[in-house]
Amino acid sequence: MTMYDPTVDQRVDKALANDFLRLATRRATDRLRNNRVKAAEELGDWQKWREAGETIRTHVVANLDFYLKQLITQIEKQGGHVHLAKTPAEAVTFVKNIVREHKAKNVIKSKSMISEEIHLNHALEDEGSTVIETDLGEYIIQIAGEPPSHIIVPAMHKTRQQVADLFEPIAGHPLTSDTPTLTRFVRNKMRESFLQGEIGITGCNFAVADTGSIVMVTNEGNGRMVSTLPRVQITLMGMERLVPSFRELDVMLNLLARSATGQKFSSYTTILTPPKQASDPDGPEEFHLVILDHNRSEILGDKTFRPALNCIRCGACFNVCPVYRQIGGHAYGSVYAGPIGAVITPLLENDWYKWGHLPFFSSLCGACSEACPVRLPLHDLLVKLRARKVVGGHTPKIEHQIFKTYRFFFTHEKTLRKALRLGSKLQWPLVRNGRISVGIPPLSNWTNSRTLPKVSPKSFMQMWSELNRN
Amino acid sequence: MKVSLFATCLANALYPDIDLTMARILTYLGHTVDVPEGQACCGQIAFNSGYFDDAREVARTLIDSFEHSEIVVGPSGSCIAMIHHYYPTLFENEPAYLKKANDLIHKSYEFTQFVVDVLKTPDLGASYSAKATYHPSCHATRLLSIGDAPLTLMKHIKGLELVPLTEAQLCCGFGGTFSVKMPKLSTAMVAEKAQHVLDSGADLLVGVDMGCLMNISGYLEKINKPVKTMHIIQLLGEGMKS
Repeated sequence: MTMYDPTVDQRVDKALANDFLRLATRRATDRLRNNRVKAAEELGDWQKWREAGETIRTHVVANLDFYLKQLITQIEKQGGHVHLAKTPAEAVTFVKNIVREHKAKNVIKSKSMISEEIHLNHALEDEGSTVIETDLGEYIIQIAGEPPSHIIVPAMHKTRQQVADLFEPIAGHPLTSDTPTLTRFVRNKMRESFLQGEIGITGCNFAVADTGSIVMVTNEGNGRMVSTLPRVQITLMGMERLVPSFRELDVMLNLLARSATGQKFSSYTTILTPPKQASDPDGPEEFHLVILDHNRSEILGDKTFRPALNCIRCGACFNVCPVYRQIGGHAYGSVYAGPIGAVITPLLENDWYKWGHLPFFSSLCGACSEACPVRLPLHDLLVKLRARKVVGGHTPKIEHQIFKTYRFFFTHEKTLRKALRLGSKLQWPLVRNGRISVGIPPLSNWTNSRTLPKVSPKSFMQMWSELNRN
Repeated sequence: MKVSLFATCLANALYPDIDLTMARILTYLGHTVDVPEGQACCGQIAFNSGYFDDAREVARTLIDSFEHSEIVVGPSGSCIAMIHHYYPTLFENEPAYLKKANDLIHKSYEFTQFVVDVLKTPDLGASYSAKATYHPSCHATRLLSIGDAPLTLMKHIKGLELVPLTEAQLCCGFGGTFSVKMPKLSTAMVAEKAQHVLDSGADLLVGVDMGCLMNISGYLEKINKPVKTMHIIQLLGEGMKS
């Protein structure tokens, strides 16, 4: 039985061959990382802020049932509707039904990773609706038909020229690839869409449990248009994305904006308590909140991986990850890439054949854990996922054999000495110019790109014994 | 002090001179050195691959071999970090060994950490002429927090010029079994690290983890741009000969 999806290697090869992608990823992540470090320093006591963030998130996740109930009660009291979706398919159905009920032809969206997670756009388009992403990055990848390559900067991998080529057929006339031309085109296009939108779909960075408010951070202001102009608003929210009150929101917004883009505050921080009340001048008349579980309950019940729910989706771990740096997001194959994607995708999707490679997209260097604003031990979780995969029988038999052999020799040091001496005598076919330079798999995985020193004729343990004997 | 050496599997098999030099330096500093038999590996190879049961067995062997030691010193931030950072996880359901593991954690040090922070002897009287750059390996800095101990030792070596390494904090792509399990990713990572080493203009690359150094120097040699590479113990050993 194959235990590994062969398309993984193809995706990695494709990414590694794409010099532009690699350069763009490196530049963008370096910029985001440097901005984050600066914004964190400015705040002072960053480690204390991280601890506070961790405490808040851990508390919310541990008391999720309480806060969800509070949120739902509050929203319903205000006249909103809440839909609990166990699976992505259920979430899609909820949204479809609302769109169908309103016979809405024009759906506008602001950025939502949950929408990516449930693959919403195609489902709505199949229903005959026009769906427009109004976040610039999301709009670009929507036209390109690609998943986001970064949770904060979804079109990080596109050049301006590629963007111009994507926009041209929509504009109906040639576009130059300079930034003012491209943004002018998008602004005009979006204005039209905002006015036509019958239903607005938004994401949710945080929901405030005690007031029933939805918090969105954006840098283009599109989130505000999507949540004020259409008559109907649907907000998609991951089950864990809560804060108890505005007090905790203050801490989380500081951590989020500074960690994501290095801003003190994002350009637009939108806090809404829909639907429109009699005293409100504007806002949606009808409001639906779709709360997605998608195995988050299972993660919640799993002591080992529960901390994974603490993530606030800032993307800081992407920007320091030496693996993401080399291949960008698409090679992961998942909606969520980077270290956090490598942790949560196998947990959300529960499919080792398809996603079992992800915990190995890490050298366990720990840079992600160091950058995480809520102190997620991401690299520890990656190791524990590997262990889960092994225990679940999703690794090849030969690998089990290799580690059994390792275990034997490294618990029998005297035998190991003999084995090393034998190895030093038998290694000559692999040696060129005094170094091990060629090999058969798995050694060739090393020697194809690197050399290796020869095994010493005498191990240190052997030398030491002999020294002491004399 | 009576110091027990943790040879580490890599140095034991491929770079025994590092262990020998470590013994020589500690003896020179007036300590009694021993090398308990039975020790072989911290277990990280299996642990990082998800084979916790195999790792646990190897770790038990290591713990037992140092049971009667007062101080344990090893020439690798990564192996010592494995003990400090992961043994509590590995033995969380095994109270007897958890206690033993904690004993080992409290008495074990990475070499530079021991010499600089515990012995407080940053100046070993070494001299070595070279333009050197230092790669701060991930586990030594992030998991073990050895900080500037290696740089402190290097700054006290007469004749050694230190030049900065761009993006020094980036992983070199070794990652133990990662280097052979994910060879393409690993190679892309080491290619960038190697380029930074070349760009630094250094004629000597120094570090505290032979795994990382073996990876970077092995790559540089493969692309025919070899840069002299030394573990800090080798560097100090050479510098103290004069």
